[in-house]
Amino acid sequence: MSETFTGFAYLAAAVFFILALRGLSSPESARKGNILGVVGMVIAIATTLVDPKVLTFDLIITGMIIGGLIGSLVAIKINMTALPQLVAAFHSLVGLAAVFVAVAAFFAPEAYGIGVFGNIQMGSLVEMSLGAAIGAITFSGSLVAFCKLQGVVGGSPFIFKGQHALNALLAIVLVLTVVWLVKTNSELAFWLIVGLSIIIGFTIILPIGGADMPVVVSMLNSYSGWAACGIGFTLSNTALIVTGALVGSSGAILSYIMCKGMNRSIVNVLLGGFGGEVAVSVSSDGSGKERAVKSGSGEDAAFIMKNASKVIIVPGYGMAVAQAQHALREMSDLLKNEGVEVAYAIHPVAGRMPGHMNVLLAEANVPYDEVFELEEINTEFSTADVAFVIGANDVTNPSAKTDPTSAIYGMPILEVENAGTVLFIKRSMASGYAGVENELFFKDNTMMLFADAKVMTESIVQSLG
Amino acid sequence: MGAEKLGAIAAETVSSGDPFVFLFTVFVLSIFIGFYVVWSVTPALHSPLMSVTNAVSSVIIVGALIAAGPTEMGFSKVMGFFAVFLASVNIFGGFIVTNRMLAMFKRKTKNLGPNK
Repeated sequence: MSETFTGFAYLAAAVFFILALRGLSSPESARKGNILGVVGMVIAIATTLVDPKVLTFDLIITGMIIGGLIGSLVAIKINMTALPQLVAAFHSLVGLAAVFVAVAAFFAPEAYGIGVFGNIQMGSLVEMSLGAAIGAITFSGSLVAFCKLQGVVGGSPFIFKGQHALNALLAIVLVLTVVWLVKTNSELAFWLIVGLSIIIGFTIILPIGGADMPVVVSMLNSYSGWAACGIGFTLSNTALIVTGALVGSSGAILSYIMCKGMNRSIVNVLLGGFGGEVAVSVSSDGSGKERAVKSGSGEDAAFIMKNASKVIIVPGYGMAVAQAQHALREMSDLLKNEGVEVAYAIHPVAGRMPGHMNVLLAEANVPYDEVFELEEINTEFSTADVAFVIGANDVTNPSAKTDPTSAIYGMPILEVENAGTVLFIKRSMASGYAGVENELFFKDNTMMLFADAKVMTESIVQSLG
Repeated sequence: MGAEKLGAIAAETVSSGDPFVFLFTVFVLSIFIGFYVVWSVTPALHSPLMSVTNAVSSVIIVGALIAAGPTEMGFSKVMGFFAVFLASVNIFGGFIVTNRMLAMFKRKTKNLGPNK
């Protein structure tokens, strides 16, 4: 097989990957896009398999069959609410695969035409260490994200003294080790790079709190792309470089969107320590006295919504935790039968990964043209009779607009307070992730529905039926 | 270094170009493509975007295949095998879960409640 042909084939694969992402611009073209992605992958793999350097297929076939079976089983069985941790776990695997490829290239550089063991070209060593380091950080960082999302470890930030100093020190040592490797081709230096990077992955992600995971998962998505790029440079493989750059910029854009959704900088998120159960809750009137809230039952809520002409539903992570999306869909179907107009409003950082709420609503058969983004629907709250907040909190807090001292000041919010009545499902009066009390609870037009999101929604469904 | 040798290097650079510059050009242009393509993705599909990019980044398997391909057994071949295995989990898992997600996104059907 000539090198020219191989080059063209990899180019074709890269084009298919671009088209796969392009397909996601609308739900209609998205499935076709996914198939184009599969085609691109088949082309890339087939092209490599006919490469003259690939002589035996025993291990390759074994690895692909076992890996493929496990991957398929997991993907078919997984519950949609567990999606964020699944994606985190998958990122972790890509990172580890990148490390393994870098290790293989370091110990058998002849196969990739970048020199011989102990005497690898300088440029290749830099690219290889980048691939290995980013891959290792992706691996351990995603592992932490997975554990936090899965609830293996607590979601609250894990902070210790001198943590930023430690991270800075580790980063400097890592850079020095790369220089050492490039100068001496030392095997020890190579392993140090891998080891240090794994540690850095842990120390960077551990201090970041559970609700900042949308940013973290997007960022690790980005890293897995850059790791692929590093390996692509080592292998002089354009398909890997193009794909890595696509994935890298995709993850970076998602991180940017998530940060903007919280009005925080990526640096602020990465420094960690934001939110968590230990955060101090500040009562904004300063008096500290018990403030009265209006609370109601499922029956009350059903009565109010039945008599409304327009209801906007605001789902949040609490809906995912309670698995309330199916009951919610049932509720909105009943309302629609009563002639009520129903729409869903999604905040960019609702849930634990970008687009998390959209997937859960789609799973419950909510048509996607009833689901709107913040900018599309925010002005409509003033024309809605009811805003139904289920499992969201901070993203509706008006103090983000009015109180400059608030931790969430400046964050774009869904302006539910403009609706005629706000129905707010919440298990207790506890503050949200940001540790800020929500002024909304005390407003005259707010009715609190104290219960688990699913239990309450089911009770409303019963009253409506 | 003799002038002859320098000349040879210069000639080579001029005729074929530095391969790194070539790869780097591809890299930078791809970032731009990624930037424009990803901004056109509808926010509702950001979760499938993550899982499909995850599947696609497993194209790293091409490096793993080369490592696992030689006839003689060695450390690198074993590493290659593990990398093939991990990347395969991702490729199959990533594309299938993306497809599952996308299959759920449906438009409003007329008989579902009154449309105003």
